Amino acid sequence: MTPLRYVRAADKVDALARVSSGARCLGGGTNLVDLLRQNVEQASELVDISRLHGAIQERDDGGLFIDASVTNAALAAHPLVRRRYPVLARALLAGASAQIRNMATVGGNILQRTRCTYFYDVDGARCNKRQPGAGCDAREGFNRYHAILGASDQCVATHPSDMCVALAMLDAVVHLSGASGDRSVPLADFHVPPGATPQVETVLLPGELITGVELPPPTDAMVRSDYRKVRDRSSYAFALVSVAGGLALAEGRVREARIALGGVAAKPWRARRAEAALIGVAPQSDAFVAAIREELADARPLSGNGFKIGLVERTVVAVLTALAGARA
Amino acid sequence: MSIRVNDTEVPPPDDARVSLLDLLREHLHLTGTKKGCDQGACGACTVLLDGNRVLSCLTLAVQAEGREVRTIEGLAGANGELHVLQRAFVERDGLQCGYCTPGQICSAIAMAEELRRGDPSYVTPDIAAGPAAVTREEIRERMSGNLCRCGAHNGIVEAIELMLAETAA
Repeated sequence: MTPLRYVRAADKVDALARVSSGARCLGGGTNLVDLLRQNVEQASELVDISRLHGAIQERDDGGLFIDASVTNAALAAHPLVRRRYPVLARALLAGASAQIRNMATVGGNILQRTRCTYFYDVDGARCNKRQPGAGCDAREGFNRYHAILGASDQCVATHPSDMCVALAMLDAVVHLSGASGDRSVPLADFHVPPGATPQVETVLLPGELITGVELPPPTDAMVRSDYRKVRDRSSYAFALVSVAGGLALAEGRVREARIALGGVAAKPWRARRAEAALIGVAPQSDAFVAAIREELADARPLSGNGFKIGLVERTVVAVLTALAGARA
Repeated sequence: MSIRVNDTEVPPPDDARVSLLDLLREHLHLTGTKKGCDQGACGACTVLLDGNRVLSCLTLAVQAEGREVRTIEGLAGANGELHVLQRAFVERDGLQCGYCTPGQICSAIAMAEELRRGDPSYVTPDIAAGPAAVTREEIRERMSGNLCRCGAHNGIVEAIELMLAETAA
């Protein structure tokens, strides 16, 4: 780690001013401190926002506003999140460990970097994300954990967050502040596919700060929702694939379907094609299989991750089948 | 602002890069807290920060200014009497080499408090209701952030069960 200055943000305005002048925003540090220590990233100043008051507020319409500095643990334990958006609580609890969830913030979770081992290997590997134009050693390397959807020749890394998969499913909106004012972006549009510029991971502009995340009023499929994560070991590991699903039925047919996938792309993957294919069908396994196959029609597996296609299919079917059988 | 470590005020390091783990071990010579991976993958460095379990390797020491840190050295009573979980680890053989033990113990003490609050885990069937029973599956999931390369996990889970039973009584 190169020498740096540490400042605790006095308030949001102070944090914004410092980020605008080049400081890096420090939340729990669970990702950034590691990246700095590995020299994957460099910073001359850190502005710590983890002590700014982090609130979870209910809105008049029944939605929630979650400040960026709320910890993953606090969000997962919140009674309204557990009752109205169970998929989000379960996704948070699927991520990392209790120790890390006590530290990690919502804003930091959204902005965490890929766990591609070639991205981390500063001395030994080529990585277009770390050093644009250098090449990608993952594409022909050990790519068991890498993307099957939306990747490019330049980058096949995945986004590691569980929380973001649930947020994409829930139509969450990210609130941003910058020198030119405030704006908001749907979480599903916040992360961008790698294309020719894998170093650009989000629509966040230089000097901008995530201030919070807004959840819309819960729909029936948000309330009847769950998250399942498939890993190489049963806990404390990143996803091979994960599924956030929500289902609402009427008269024996699917009225509302929500599906997002993790571990398959550089962004949380909202499976809108599969969702559309499910509307009006009887909630049965063959319909679930047909729907997810539509979504995966464009999947492009690498040498080591072709298993993900079948794994996504089976996991989606398992999640939706359980939801269809769950009490309304 | 100082950092309160096991009831003693200590100054923060001058260099902001110093982790809480290195402050404890190298500056304060509290070597009970262990450095395993130094990258948030093993849990050996777990300490209690304002009562919550955190990884001291990924915490900058300056982030702990004005807060209270408790390490394995700060768990025994004033007369040296072991914490109930320390005794349970001895009784149930919750260790072999002992390297992960301080982290396991700090982690489990905070886990017991999370259970008392009714916080759910990934394996809790009803997320909204919270854990109905403290099953071995619940304990294993909640302790998954602490690895033990000796494979003492069965004894560790039994020691935690013993602590939960003794403190509930």
